[in-house]
Amino acid sequence: MTKPDSLQSASPAPADDVVVDVRAVHYAVDGRAIFSNLDIKVRRGRITAVMGPSGTGKTTLLRLITGQIVADSGQVIVLGRDVEQAKTSEIYALRKRMGMLFQNGALLTDISVFENVAFPVREHTDLPEPLIRRLVLTKLEAVGLRGAANLMPTELSGGMARRVALARAIVMDPEILIYDEPFVGLDPISLGVIQRLIKQMNEALGITSVVVSHDVQELASIADDSYLLSGGRVVASGTPQELAKSDSEVVRQFMTGAADGPVAFHYPAPDLGQQLLTEEEP
Amino acid sequence: MSNGHKGNGLGNGLLLEGIRRMGAVLLFLFKILAQCLPALARPSLVIAQIYNAGARSLIIIMLSGLFVGMVLGLQGFELLQRFGSEEALGTAAALGLLKELGPVVTALLFAGRAGTALTSEIGLMRATDQLTAMEIMAVDPLRYVAAPRFLGGLIAMPLLAAIFSLIGLFGAQLIGVQLMGVDKGAFWSQMQGSVGLKDITEGVVKSFVFGATCSLIAVHEGYNAEPTAAGVGLATTRTVVASSVLTLLLDYVLTAIFL
Repeated sequence: MTKPDSLQSASPAPADDVVVDVRAVHYAVDGRAIFSNLDIKVRRGRITAVMGPSGTGKTTLLRLITGQIVADSGQVIVLGRDVEQAKTSEIYALRKRMGMLFQNGALLTDISVFENVAFPVREHTDLPEPLIRRLVLTKLEAVGLRGAANLMPTELSGGMARRVALARAIVMDPEILIYDEPFVGLDPISLGVIQRLIKQMNEALGITSVVVSHDVQELASIADDSYLLSGGRVVASGTPQELAKSDSEVVRQFMTGAADGPVAFHYPAPDLGQQLLTEEEP
Repeated sequence: MSNGHKGNGLGNGLLLEGIRRMGAVLLFLFKILAQCLPALARPSLVIAQIYNAGARSLIIIMLSGLFVGMVLGLQGFELLQRFGSEEALGTAAALGLLKELGPVVTALLFAGRAGTALTSEIGLMRATDQLTAMEIMAVDPLRYVAAPRFLGGLIAMPLLAAIFSLIGLFGAQLIGVQLMGVDKGAFWSQMQGSVGLKDITEGVVKSFVFGATCSLIAVHEGYNAEPTAAGVGLATTRTVVASSVLTLLLDYVLTAIFL
């Protein structure tokens, strides 16, 4: 499979090559449109980055993909199954083929690190205990935390918690791994570790990865394809390098981190001078 | 006139909100009941929750039972003495504890200790995405989290009420017999002669109903708490208030039924 230079210029991918297909999705909350005509394709075996300023609905997109919410219109097809048409049991069957790394790890706080990683295995299989132990220790070894197996989640640092959550996410060997803001709040070392692990999981296990983040630099070094969301739609797509060279003002503002631009610095407000002179409550 | 209209509107709004909430809790109950059998297939989860809701409430229940029994002994003796029937203290204490004070006070204490713990625990699980993580791992949190906690409370509550009544009787005996000098034989024999199976059944039924009510409210409030610090705090408060009021309301209804 040749790697296209640009998603926009690439020829349409074969149907079985697209594992997540978001087609013309509209989604609104309390009448406010989060997405309007959103189109995103995630290809098998690749790392796809979904970027965008805070509040653009990146996490909402993940909830659509995992079937936690349903689009008002359009289609979300995951591993060949239309999420909206799927019954609850089918959604659950679909989720067994996915893994997700939450922003804060979302480890179950009343059980140990080992039990957290073993949790999906115990719930979905009847594997004997020695095999579960071997499986869990192997996954913990992959994230460098075999020695922390007996710790409780409250004893872990933020970076460690996220690595344990990653071990838990891959313990059932998922086809798709979804990362929700994996770099937020990490020190440079933990950040580098997570970054390397995402790349390793993709290369060694062939897992299709969807990374939702606003950390441009971190994503640029690992992503194969990128989508930039703004105002509820995709404003740019392509490789991270292509986005970096884009002429679009929105893309440039986001990639360079400029405070003001198409995404305004100021929240809409009346004129400052007028407001200071009035005695009304702000 | 317009104020009257506003008042009516507000009243209707509150009524509708009340009905909506009741409907939501009932729907939640059906969902939990559907998950109770699968949850019972994993007894370790339910046993852990019986321990959490029951064993961890033991000290407060036993202490409260003792003091309530002692007060009952003191007040009962003082009252019965006026009619020259102090020997009936055993009967009065037993009926009071088994039929009313045991189930009701235990339910109120249960709501305050175990109920708030359940709500805040589940609410925090919601706030820290633990419930969502389970859903994404294709594990139904209703089966893994809610149903075992509901069952744990349902089973623990009658046991706690029984212990409360038992310790309460000891407290009443301590004051009535040991301190006030009521005849020991009369105290126990009158109790044995007057307290029937119907009285005990009433207490057991009440404690089951209160246990189900308090556990359901605690789990429902936690499960549907707004995932913020304020949201979890509010849900915990609602658990105590709703459980207490409903316990007292249901107590009246059940007492009327058993009369």
